Amino acid sequence: MTDGTPILHMKDVRFQWPGRASFSLEVPSFEAGRGEKVLLLGESGSGKSTLLSLICGTIAADAGDVTIDGTRLSDLSGGARDQFRAETIGVIFQQFNLLPFGSVVDNILLPLRFAPERRARVSDARAEAAALSLALGLPDVQTAKAATLSVGQQQRVAVARALIGRPPLIIADEPTSALDANSQAAFLDLLFDQVRAHDTTLLIVSHDARLGERFDRVVQMADIARTTERAA
Amino acid sequence: MMLRLAFGSLRARALTVTMTVLAIALSVALFLGVEKVRTGAKASFADTISGTDLIVGARSGSVQLLLYSVFRIGNATNNVTWQSYQDIAARPEVDWIVPISLGDSHRQFRVMGTTPAFFDRYKYRRDRGLELGDGAIMNDLFDAVIGSDVAATLGYAVDDPIVVAHGLASFTEHKDQPFRISGILKKTGTPVDRTVIVSMEAIEAIHVDWQNGAQIPGQSTPVEVIRQMDLTPKAVTAALVGVESPLQTFALQRAINTYPEEPLLAVLPGVALQELWGIVGIAETALLGVSAMVVVTALLGLMATIFSSLNERRREMAIFRAMGARPRTIMALLVLEAVLTSAAGAILGVAFLYLGLMIAQPMIDSAYGLWLPIDAPSTREALVLLGVVAAGAIVSMVPALRAYRLSVADGMMVRT
Repeated sequence: MTDGTPILHMKDVRFQWPGRASFSLEVPSFEAGRGEKVLLLGESGSGKSTLLSLICGTIAADAGDVTIDGTRLSDLSGGARDQFRAETIGVIFQQFNLLPFGSVVDNILLPLRFAPERRARVSDARAEAAALSLALGLPDVQTAKAATLSVGQQQRVAVARALIGRPPLIIADEPTSALDANSQAAFLDLLFDQVRAHDTTLLIVSHDARLGERFDRVVQMADIARTTERAA
Repeated sequence: MMLRLAFGSLRARALTVTMTVLAIALSVALFLGVEKVRTGAKASFADTISGTDLIVGARSGSVQLLLYSVFRIGNATNNVTWQSYQDIAARPEVDWIVPISLGDSHRQFRVMGTTPAFFDRYKYRRDRGLELGDGAIMNDLFDAVIGSDVAATLGYAVDDPIVVAHGLASFTEHKDQPFRISGILKKTGTPVDRTVIVSMEAIEAIHVDWQNGAQIPGQSTPVEVIRQMDLTPKAVTAALVGVESPLQTFALQRAINTYPEEPLLAVLPGVALQELWGIVGIAETALLGVSAMVVVTALLGLMATIFSSLNERRREMAIFRAMGARPRTIMALLVLEAVLTSAAGAILGVAFLYLGLMIAQPMIDSAYGLWLPIDAPSTREALVLLGVVAAGAIVSMVPALRAYRLSVADGMMVRT
């Protein structure tokens, strides 16, 4: 499923948190191919969050290139990076993914609000949201307030939200750690089904090596990134 | 959808938002209420007396003369002798003259002695005259006509007897000469409503047995004897004067002010009213200033509410950021919420104002003779409301800027 140009390409990336001299991250080289399912393993403090922020473009690298879907993020302004993220990347957090006061359908449609191209790919957004919910085994809860859902349901709504409008890359940060073992397996089954159906690249960051068998590739954080942590 | 999310976010924090809306609503209602009272008072004030060209009294200040002769507030420093009164009445410029004699009271209401001409000459709100709601004007020496508030407050009807007390807050009553209510005036919204009107002769009659403000011990002249006596007044407190031609007003005023026999003062009611308003107006402006500060306080409360919600909403902002919202979208969302909150406060404040007006209007009217009209908000009031909403947006900029910085720093990851 992978073709020539990688969806994600990082080269000689360096980043240091401004004002916090104690932590810096270097990524000499990292890639993910189109349609590839990659598990990035690392303990907390290994720079996972910083790496994800760099890929998503909410922070800009001090040096080096982050290229996503052929676009160098450093060529874009802050606002353009936000727009690019909305168009290109679906994001799933560990938990608290949803706006608690919004309905399920509001939450699913939220990224389309910021991504006109993604919006254009979906002819009937509400029908699409309903179809994704159905495929993810969510009961008929479209108009329910997100806060009333169980954690497992909330995570599945987050998947629907990440998938809507078919962004080429989905990034998930410990998406299963808030779930119990049974729910984890069921959740990953659903996630992989959908990612495969939509032919999307999936990059999951986790500390849980047991998830590894489902992925095309498992990468250790320590192998691709160097972090330095000095006492301030 | 953003509007719906903003509404949802507000609803999720219903309690604090409601409190903020209430604070803004109350402050807006207070501000507009003070504004209403101010304009209402000004209009009521200017409308209290019309058709009278000059008010004449003993020499004091024009405001004081106006206060006691028209508003029945305070006392005359001195009276005008009957001789001077007649001299003025005889002047060629004078078209009509109505004497006023004050100094006695009935319960909390002032008693005013005058002539029947008062009922024709006293005008208010441009050209409205006094009308009787019930009964007739004084016919007998011991007849009294009462204002509508007197009748309503004390529950009097025509033919009820009333006893006039000497002085204003006195326990000495003119018990020997009880009056009969001959008529009740319709409501005017002027101090006449709170006045008991008797004839000039009646004022003389009840003071037959009195000297230097005290009852002569043991002396009590029977009513029949009083009726036979010469009850020509010895003095009047003030007089309302109408001139033949408006052009003569100033000449007559000068003549009275330079009257050689006695120090007198003649004032133009309109000028004195304006002067009085100048004094009262300062207090009103101060009140308006204070209520403006209350509005500012409520808006600062709005700002504090948004500030304190920022921390608990960092997660929410991170979600928006992850979905591709720019930091300035998040800022706009907060400002939008503030605008919705202050708009709700402004609308509710107007509702409070009208509700309060509907409840308080009759009470204020009867208690203070102040008529507050209930009508659609004026352009000025609409501008005030718009100003409140705009100010809400502006003060929310401060926490919104902080949210902007937080969301730039946090990105999608909330570090707590």
